[in-house]
Amino acid sequence: MNAALVAVYAFRETLRRRVFLAVLVLTTTFIALYWLGARFVFSKTSGFSGNPVVDENVVRGASVFGLALFATYFLGCVLAIFLTLGAIRGEAERGLLQPLVARPVGRSSLIGGRLLAAVLVCVPYVVAVYAIVLAITRHTLHWAPDRQLEPMLALMLAVTIIAALSLLGSVFLAPIANGITVFMLLGIGMVAGLLGQIGVVMKIHSLERIAEASSWIAPFEALYQRSLFALTAETSGVTKTVLSLGPFGGPQAGPSQLWLWSLGYLALVTAAVLAAFARLDL
Amino acid sequence: MPPALTTRALVKRYGRTTALAGVDLEIAPGELVGLLGPNGAGKSTLTKIVCGVVRSSGGEARVCGARAGSRSARAAIGYLAELFRFPDWLSAEEVLVLHQRLASSRGGADERKDLLGLVGLTDARRVRVSAMSKGMQQRLGVAQALVGRPRLLLLDEPTSALDPAGRRTVRELLERLREREIAVLLNSHLLSEVELVCDRVVILSHGRLVAAGAMNELTRSRGLEIETDAGVRLIEDVGREQVPQVVRELVAAGEDVFSVRLVRSTLEEAFLELTGSDAA
Repeated sequence: MNAALVAVYAFRETLRRRVFLAVLVLTTTFIALYWLGARFVFSKTSGFSGNPVVDENVVRGASVFGLALFATYFLGCVLAIFLTLGAIRGEAERGLLQPLVARPVGRSSLIGGRLLAAVLVCVPYVVAVYAIVLAITRHTLHWAPDRQLEPMLALMLAVTIIAALSLLGSVFLAPIANGITVFMLLGIGMVAGLLGQIGVVMKIHSLERIAEASSWIAPFEALYQRSLFALTAETSGVTKTVLSLGPFGGPQAGPSQLWLWSLGYLALVTAAVLAAFARLDL
Repeated sequence: MPPALTTRALVKRYGRTTALAGVDLEIAPGELVGLLGPNGAGKSTLTKIVCGVVRSSGGEARVCGARAGSRSARAAIGYLAELFRFPDWLSAEEVLVLHQRLASSRGGADERKDLLGLVGLTDARRVRVSAMSKGMQQRLGVAQALVGRPRLLLLDEPTSALDPAGRRTVRELLERLREREIAVLLNSHLLSEVELVCDRVVILSHGRLVAAGAMNELTRSRGLEIETDAGVRLIEDVGREQVPQVVRELVAAGEDVFSVRLVRSTLEEAFLELTGSDAA
């Protein structure tokens, strides 16, 4: 009950800070650009492969939609980070937190409310953007991913994990330091994922092992990779090979227990936030 | 009825720094106690431990019999932090609604009206925090601390941002709280203010309690100040009982006595003596 109350106030504060307006404008710009790009790709790339065995529609659709998936993931993460980076230490430094902590509300409710508010903004955002770009892709490129629900679920969970990590960082770090740290974590995850893709294509096992290890350490990146993988999960043959050489490489399905591990990871991070905040002197 | 606040050998360490080095303190229900001490004496740390914002490193603190920081202890306190801020997009009334919900107060609109009236913000109930002066925000902070009818009010520098009229409002408010049996721990640098309203004063220095008592226990007699035709003079080591004798002797000696006043040291002098500080 108290967590819901805190979530409502955090949500209202988000509205007040005009985050939504900025996000709406930028997202509209991104979607417009995507729609424009998709139209150009469709009209200018007919017969580009010169190979009748390659399904050009799949290559076109998966490549362009892969770009949209990255943008959705990245914008969702940006939103999650900015909504939570100053939630604890930042608000304590501004004197906003102390009057709330002194009330007979558990600290777990306060932190749960903040996480809930961030998730209630980021997850619907990811769902909405995903649904819109999917509709544009279907309509403009006449293509749809092999699995349509899985990429969205993977991005939803990835963004939730990022929000929880940013909240954990906000217990220990000042807002700017926390923002930099989480963005760098996101970047390291992406680099590890790309190294893994290079490893698979070039058959370098040590790089593959790095990618595998990063899946456990940074499951948000593995989830993003899984979302890319799901786009052409049922595609095979020459088309699949061509796709693996494309701009998004050969995305990996990740560990078989990825979903379970990601949920467990989220629970561990949330427990760490609760434990750290419970011991924090304000 | 248990004491509003009890601390026994309360200790707080921040790394190698000891902020509180074993503080014993008791505040009775309805008692108004001033907490004094130089900067870094541990006053704010003590207040924060009592309201559960900071954890103690040792000893014990109890609020109305409940362990400080526990849910029932926090339900019994009202707290105004030294540095606080409310979301600037909320109005005065909305701030109180939020805190009523957090405190599970059933006071409703009547409680909000009463509290805003107490701090002189009746006309500002729809004004957003962003449009309030610092003094108005401070008064709203006091009203917020009173939400849910606390039994112990912890005020950390409540008048630091107030003008003289605002300070008087808070002083009058504290007098009214006494009538409502609400105990108050007032942490302030304004010794004159503490002198005016508090039943008892507690002085901390370097994390230790160096003095506690009623105002006349902490201050001492400095003698008798007499104005005669020969001028004003101070006769030391003279108590109230000796005043008639001194006056008789002066009159007998042919002096005209215009005024007689027993002089005590001020709280500031007592404070400086006890803490060895140059300033409060």
